[in-house]
Amino acid sequence: MRTVFYLVRKEFLQIFRDRTTVFQIFLIPVVQLLVLSNAATFDVKQVAMMVVDEDRTTVSAGLVQRLEAGRQFRVLRYEPTDAGVDHALLDREVTAVLHIPRRFEEDLVRRGRAPVQLILNSEEGATAGIVQSYALSILAAYSAELDRTLPRLGVPRTVRVSPLDLRTQRRFNPTRNYKHWMVPALMVSLTTIIGLLLTAQNITRENELGTLEQLNVTPMTKIQFIAAKLIPFWLLSLVIFTIGLAIGKLVFGIPMRGNLLIVYLAAMAYLVVVLGLGLWISTITRTQQQAMFVAFFVIMIFLLMSGLFTPVDSMPRWAQWVAEANPVKHFVAVMRAVLVRGAGLETVGRPILGLGVAGLGVLALAVTRYRKSVA
Amino acid sequence: MRPFLGFVRKETLHLLRDRQTLGILLLFPVLQVLIFGFAVRTDVEDIAIAIVDPTPDVATLELRERIAASDRFHVAAVSTSARGLDARFRDGSVRQALLLPTEVERRIGRGDSLQLQLVTDGSDPNTGGIMQGYATAILDRWYREVVPQGGTLRIEARSRMRYNPTLESAHLFVPGLVAFVLTIVSALMTAISIAREKETGTMEMLLVSPIRPTAIVAGKVIPYIVLGFVSVLLVLVAARTVFEVPLRGNVVLLLAVSGLYIITALALGIVISTKAPNQRTAMIAALAGLMLPTMILSGFIFPIDSLPRPLQLLSYIVPARWFLVIVRGIMLKGAGLATLWQETLVLVGMTLLFLARGSRGLAIRLG
Amino acid sequence: MTYAIEAHELTRRFGGFTAVDAVTFHVEPGEVFGFLGANGAGKTTAIRMLIGALAPTSGSATVAGYDIRTQADQVRRRIGYMSQKFSLYEDLTVRENITLYGGIYGVSSRDIVTRTGHILARIGLEHAGDELVREIPLGWKQQLAFSVALLHRPGIVFLDEPTGGVDPITRRRFWEMIYEAGAGGTSVLVTTHYLDEAEYCRRISIMVDGAIAAMGTPAEVRRSVGAETLDEVFLKLTRPGAAA
Repeated sequence: MRTVFYLVRKEFLQIFRDRTTVFQIFLIPVVQLLVLSNAATFDVKQVAMMVVDEDRTTVSAGLVQRLEAGRQFRVLRYEPTDAGVDHALLDREVTAVLHIPRRFEEDLVRRGRAPVQLILNSEEGATAGIVQSYALSILAAYSAELDRTLPRLGVPRTVRVSPLDLRTQRRFNPTRNYKHWMVPALMVSLTTIIGLLLTAQNITRENELGTLEQLNVTPMTKIQFIAAKLIPFWLLSLVIFTIGLAIGKLVFGIPMRGNLLIVYLAAMAYLVVVLGLGLWISTITRTQQQAMFVAFFVIMIFLLMSGLFTPVDSMPRWAQWVAEANPVKHFVAVMRAVLVRGAGLETVGRPILGLGVAGLGVLALAVTRYRKSVA
Repeated sequence: MRPFLGFVRKETLHLLRDRQTLGILLLFPVLQVLIFGFAVRTDVEDIAIAIVDPTPDVATLELRERIAASDRFHVAAVSTSARGLDARFRDGSVRQALLLPTEVERRIGRGDSLQLQLVTDGSDPNTGGIMQGYATAILDRWYREVVPQGGTLRIEARSRMRYNPTLESAHLFVPGLVAFVLTIVSALMTAISIAREKETGTMEMLLVSPIRPTAIVAGKVIPYIVLGFVSVLLVLVAARTVFEVPLRGNVVLLLAVSGLYIITALALGIVISTKAPNQRTAMIAALAGLMLPTMILSGFIFPIDSLPRPLQLLSYIVPARWFLVIVRGIMLKGAGLATLWQETLVLVGMTLLFLARGSRGLAIRLG
Repeated sequence: MTYAIEAHELTRRFGGFTAVDAVTFHVEPGEVFGFLGANGAGKTTAIRMLIGALAPTSGSATVAGYDIRTQADQVRRRIGYMSQKFSLYEDLTVRENITLYGGIYGVSSRDIVTRTGHILARIGLEHAGDELVREIPLGWKQQLAFSVALLHRPGIVFLDEPTGGVDPITRRRFWEMIYEAGAGGTSVLVTTHYLDEAEYCRRISIMVDGAIAAMGTPAEVRRSVGAETLDEVFLKLTRPGAAA
């Protein structure tokens, strides 16, 4: 026990003596959390649009007006022909093109039906669908308005049809505040990245410097060694996590509907898994360079397959299976469940237990892998 | 010249002999692209929806069947009351709920208005919107077919998705992945390599030798350029063969720009290394400092147009952002240098800037 | 008498290369034993096996009466070690290094304080107790590393090339410390490639290509090889074709 105490003390001394590192491990998360939380959204505003109006009637002009009236589109170019469409899309001058054909008004008056063409730049994919739905809803609204106001030929108004009255409601995030979603995600990412990096290079570094050999000659046991490596970074990561939570609450007002203690319980278990993994990486790599690359690889998989940035439900079956083994996924799920939806231990108890078991498993792995003597 | 070439040779041999590192540097980018190309998606499928149908009849059964038949949804529960829904939303077993009114068939017959309620789990605003859109589309279509529309005026829109008609996630993310992985790996390589020389003291030896600091930097970087380029080739081959990402533009241009970008990222690593006194600092700066900003501000996952204005401006200094536009442009849009020259120029400028800073940083160490 | 260190046909192979070749020797309690040989002769490998950092390919050895293979933990409690790189933490202060190793070896807090005082006084670092090890000159670093190796009063201490890179006066001072330790009953196994240091040892062995080519007191070794000085001994033994 005393051995562990002295080793932990040494780690803290080393960490805090290195000004740059301390700077980095506290500043990088805080700055990135503050700046990047504002970023993460698929929302579209002010979509640059080009309208090709071959009709040029009051009705078509009315449509263009409708488009400009909302916040969603900005009509950058208004052309009589489609000559410039390709170039505008290629050059990313506009993201959407609305092509109104020649007999637009006439068709609406005569037949009650008129086609238009929407061309969307789907280079960035996710937004194309959203832009399309915005455009379609504007068209639908304009259609309904015309239905009431436009005088038409030869169409009997026999049936007064009520439109579908669809009330939509967004649970848990009625204001669609993306930050509530992203801040927890970023917090977890940052704590994970820093924690994993620090532990992954830690043992490798001691090995490269020669101090590891000296420690191996002492009566210190493997368990004492791993414990002493784990504890300081575990505490440090919890501090970083707390700072992140504080920023989330104070700066971004993220909801904390559930019990914070549960979140901390999950965090403590989660960090054991992540840091233990870092230590294990340290035992299988020979140089700090390798340790870093392996850590990078692991972090990437963890972050991108965790539901942090893209939904787990969207992943193919096999990937969802793999994601089950991803501690980040479970921790993020627990956090979102507790903070955003106010869930309790009945819901999140199992994932937390899973994290705890995984943590012990990973530590056991690191302890067995670590050798005091070379075979 | 000869000492310089000898130096390059030494660096190359050093790199080649370290089989483990070599393997990692070549394999990891390809592996990552393969894994994430499949796993990273924004399409939402298999939405668990609960239906509350107080008075089931022909019309509601038809609607329920339509929803069940759609491969976007699976009906998690059907009941006559909304009891228990809250709990199911909270534990996540239900993502959406459709609450139907009573006596739907009768109302339709009488021409009465129908009020439906659609509740969506909005905790993830992105998927929330998408799910709502899907459900609304099904409901709209059902309504139009069940309720005779008569002479209602309609503007019919036909949409075409240019460049990525099927909205294949892979086509969107794989180019982004290429940019992202290249950035981090390249920056890491040089940052660590140079920091390690500093730490072990061999840097001082080099600085005292007749080779100029600029040449030292160049010499360190050259083997990694070749390595990075091989990596890019492997990744592009994977992108084409496994994910069938189109390559509508000029291959040579793509490779040339990729080569340029590798140098940009390597140069960035150099700048990082000049500020870092040891490997640990270099690594944390390169990995923790670059990873999330590059992921988030480069347009890799979140479109740049969706960013708030100040962040859009910030994204201008992220090298990956420019490279991504070029890669997507060449691969998905068939764009050429005529359209992409500004972005290319920015990359060239950044590279020169980084190389200059890097060399100066080293020279300062000498003086 | 139980030997402090006893090795019997101790061998270590790395693939096809034999680094330590059936080495057999012993060190008596309180003896200062010198392990000589050129760089790459196998001295460090041999030491690493004895301290339990490297497993032998074949052969056996005991340290303080305990088998290095099966009773490694017992061995570790009773030995001190100073490696070629001195292995002190450069980013910790002198005091912090001493406290750390004292704590790991189970030295009581009170004893740590008293012994720290002794060490600082002995080396002459009283005013540098709170300096980072990185900042103190090489000669002092060596003496500090040596003192740390002895901090927990082990019966046996292993020193691997402890005097590399310093001037002869500092080396002399270091050997005085080694004598003190030996006089106090500590057995010392020291490797070195400085032949003049061999004269300081009670007995020496000379390793050539992994095997012991000569062993005994310096005088015995000179006699057996038929040379005037140890330099000559060395040259004779390392000439191609020379046999032990």
